[in-house]
Parts: sequence; structure tokens; C-alpha cells
Amino acid sequence: MKKLPLSGIYITFILFVMYLPILLVIIYSFNENKLTSVWSGFSLRWYGELIRDRSMFEALRNSVILAAISAVLAAVIGTLGAVGMSRAKLRGAAVMEYAATLPIMVPEIILGMVFLAFFSLIRLPFGMTTLVIAHTAFCVPYILLLVKARLAGMDKSYVEAARDLGAGELRAFFDITLPLIVPAVVSGMLLAVAMSMDDVIISVFVTGVNTNTLPIKIYTQIKTGVTPKTNALCTILFLITVIMGGLSSVIGSERKSRVKADKNKEVIN
Amino acid sequence: MKAIKRDKRAAIAAVLPMYIFTVAFIAGPLIYMLVMSFLVRDESWGITNELTLRNYLHILEPVYLETFKQSLRLAFITTLFTVLAGYPAGYFMAKLPPVWRGRCMMLLIIPFWTSSLMRMYGWIIVFRANGSLDSILMALGITDKPLKLLYTYPAVAVGMIYALLPFMIYSVYASAEKMDWELVEAARDLGASRFRAFLTVSLPLTMPGLYSGIVLTFIPSMGLYFIADILGGNKVVLVGNLIQEQLMRVHDWPFAAALSVILMILTTLFLFFYRKLSHSDKLEGLV
Repeated sequence: MKKLPLSGIYITFILFVMYLPILLVIIYSFNENKLTSVWSGFSLRWYGELIRDRSMFEALRNSVILAAISAVLAAVIGTLGAVGMSRAKLRGAAVMEYAATLPIMVPEIILGMVFLAFFSLIRLPFGMTTLVIAHTAFCVPYILLLVKARLAGMDKSYVEAARDLGAGELRAFFDITLPLIVPAVVSGMLLAVAMSMDDVIISVFVTGVNTNTLPIKIYTQIKTGVTPKTNALCTILFLITVIMGGLSSVIGSERKSRVKADKNKEVIN
Repeated sequence: MKAIKRDKRAAIAAVLPMYIFTVAFIAGPLIYMLVMSFLVRDESWGITNELTLRNYLHILEPVYLETFKQSLRLAFITTLFTVLAGYPAGYFMAKLPPVWRGRCMMLLIIPFWTSSLMRMYGWIIVFRANGSLDSILMALGITDKPLKLLYTYPAVAVGMIYALLPFMIYSVYASAEKMDWELVEAARDLGASRFRAFLTVSLPLTMPGLYSGIVLTFIPSMGLYFIADILGGNKVVLVGNLIQEQLMRVHDWPFAAALSVILMILTTLFLFFYRKLSHSDKLEGLV
């Protein structure tokens, strides 16, 4: 235990560097000055201006709608896919799984380019629809991988028992499998929402002229000139992230302790 | 027999949405990209149906080769520094008492979840002339005028390392946490120095995590064009920036497709070597 100080100092240093840029953005969001580089006193002025900015609200609304729809679609596609593949050996399943997880394996820029070209080929108008398809594509892998891992650790005899007792395929899925994999689905969805809310690269390629998401808006501002309003917006987004992260870890740990409790019960019985 | 058949039908029904989505929106577009890379661009905009190898020959021109070289160099630098900074962090974290391990993970996850734009914007505040870094260095008397670090190569490198460091830390942590620490103790009991015990026991056992970390930093660092864009101005051009420029400004889509194909081949080769080296399909710490 005597070695702890040095490693402790190092970890603290790394964490400090990790938070440094975030803290700076937050601090400067309370800057009264219009110039982001000069500090001239504490103020909440930019938060007020942010609230009055309609285009920001529209971007926020778009981002939330986009993240919600993509996460739900990805959850349905990914969960069913993982369950289906675990139930029977299907021809070509390995290839399909590889293809489905490609979106998190290839550089994002390629995905953006590919979608841009493909959507213009099939003449799909750029906007919310194209954004949803693209975001769903890179959200599916997270859910697929998490649910697959969960299923691999699951006792198959529960489902078999239910089927032996006469439950139909659907009934067995909703009564047995689904409750057991819900934690994986939920944490996959939270991850998907976080990824969708953060994505710039792919979104820039597939969005329409009139559809702004928050990251696109921030990106444009950073490129063309920031105002302290950008800082305020980033700070609010950061708070949402922290709350979501906190929630997901609470859900995760509760589940874990419940699983542990169940295991203990099994041992006692 | 009938039950098995019915099970299989149910399984097929379940995977159907995924199969359709994957074929229509992932395999389809990727194949289209491959085809397009062999087509000729139209005079002003769009493509014609003529086949050519010109787009690939185009890449061999010195300007574009240089871009690939610069991208690969930056990816190597980024990976090297994330290993140097991230390996000890992940390794030390695994040695912490369980309560602190959880807290550290939580503290690391928050910046990782935070918008990458916000974090890059924070680095602008650090690097810009008379920004935070300059103020501190000048106050300490280390430098006497602003360094003008923003829009330089080092700024881009720092941004990349910063963005990808968590992946390395998680990967190393994931395999160091699973490691049997009693083996290290045994080595120490048998007279190995702390350093030697690390080299012969800990390092080989955490290799899978290190490999995963390298893959997870090297691959994205080839494609993160917006970091080069934000922190490098127009001074640092990576393959990603080149693709973006060809798509959005020059409108030479076939050339952009050819560049993407090459970038994808490089990525796949890298993944292939990773699998050969580590004998594993799983990326540790990814999910």
C-alpha cells in the first residue's frame, strides 16, 4: 500500500487533464465579457440570451428527437437480432453480424461519405429521415454487442423450461428473455443516445439545409466564431450528460446488486 | 423435430429486421462506394457510367501521398503517446482498492461522454494566443511572449491524444483488472525485482488490453478530421480532411470514394494484424 501515493498522483494528474478543457469552457460561460478570451466578471447573461435564442431550441429539439428515435429503432433491431442469432444457427449469421458492427469499426468519415453518396443515389431528401437512418446504423452495434454479451452469460434452461411448460415463442421471449436482458438493452440505449447527441462527422454529411442538430450548430460556431453563448450551451449539454451518466450507473449498480441477491437466494435454496 | 424447425423460423423472424437494415443501409452503401471509386466524375457535378482506374492513380500523386503519410504519422504519434500515458493510468487504476476503482471509472466516463466538440473547444481556450497556457507560462517566466500554439501540428496531436486516451485506459484497465495479481507476488517472492516482475508477468498478461487500446486509438485517429479541422486550422490536412474537401467543395465524389476505399483497406489490414497478433476477435474494454 506504500506504493499508492505515486500511482495516485499519476491518476489524479490524468483526471485533471481530462477535465481541464471542460472546466475552462464552463468557467468562461459565466464570463460577463462578449469576448471569450477576456475575463471581466461573473454573469449569467449568456444563459439568458441562450434561452431567448429560438434557433438553439430548434437544434436542441432536433437532437433530442433524433437521439430518441434512433436509440429506439436501434434497440428493436439490435435486440431482436442478438436474440435471434442466439436461438438458432443461421446461415451467414457471422457475416451479417460483422456487417452490422462495421459502423463502429470503420472511420466515421467513411460512413458519412458512404451515406451521402447512397442517399443521393436513391434520391432520399436530406433531413430528419436520412439523419435517423445514419444514426440508427451506428447505434445498432452498441446494442447488438451488449445484448449478445448478456445472452451469452444467461442460463438457457429458463427459456427451455418455459417452452416445455407450453409457453409460445413470443410468450417465452416477453416473460423470460426480455426481463433478463433489459439492463443490457437500457445501457446500450443510453450509450446510443450519448453517441447520437454527440455526433458531428456523420451528421454534417447527411443533414439537410434546414435541419440543424446541436453538435452541428456548435461545430459551425466554433468554425466561424464563438460567443459566450456557445460556452453556455456546452455547459448545459455537459450537465445533461452528467445526469444521464449518473442515472445509467445507478440503474446498472441496482441491477447488479439484484442479480447478486438472486444468486445468494439460489445458493441458500 | 417440429419444435426445432419452429424455433428456427422464430429466430429468422427475429433477425430479419437486422438483416434487412444491414443489407439496405450498410452493405448497400459500402458496395456503392466501391463501385463509384471506379467511375468517372461528370464535368460539373455527379458521375458518369464510365469505368476507370484514374481515381486510384490520382492518389499516387505526391500531394495526396503526402497526406496519407501525414495521417499515418499522426496516427502513430497519437497511438504512441496514448500508450505511454494511458497504459500506466489503466494499470495503476486496476491496483486501486475496489471502491476507488469504481470512482475512477465514473470520473473517467464523464469526460468520455461529454461532447467531443466541447472538449476541443476547451483546448482552443488553452492554446489560443494569450490563452490559459500562455498566461501560465508567461506568469512563471518560462516564456515571454505568446507561443501561438493554436492551429499547429502539436495542438492537433494533443487534441487527438486527449480524445483517444480514455479508450486506451479502459482497455488496459479491463485486462489488468482480470489479471491474477498473485502471480506478480509469486514472482516477487521468488526474487524478481519489481521491474522484472512487471516485464515478465504483468506486461504479457495485459497485452490483450494493450492491443485493443492500440486498435481503438489507431483506427479512429485516421478518421477524426474535425479535430484537425478545429485545432489545426487548414495547416494540418489528414486523409479525413481530404475526403471531406473532395466531397463538399470539389464535388469529386469518385475520387473521395477511392480515398475512402484505400483508408478502409488500411483500417482492415490493421484490424487483421491485430487479430493475428492477439489471437482474439474481441476488443477488450470496448463494451
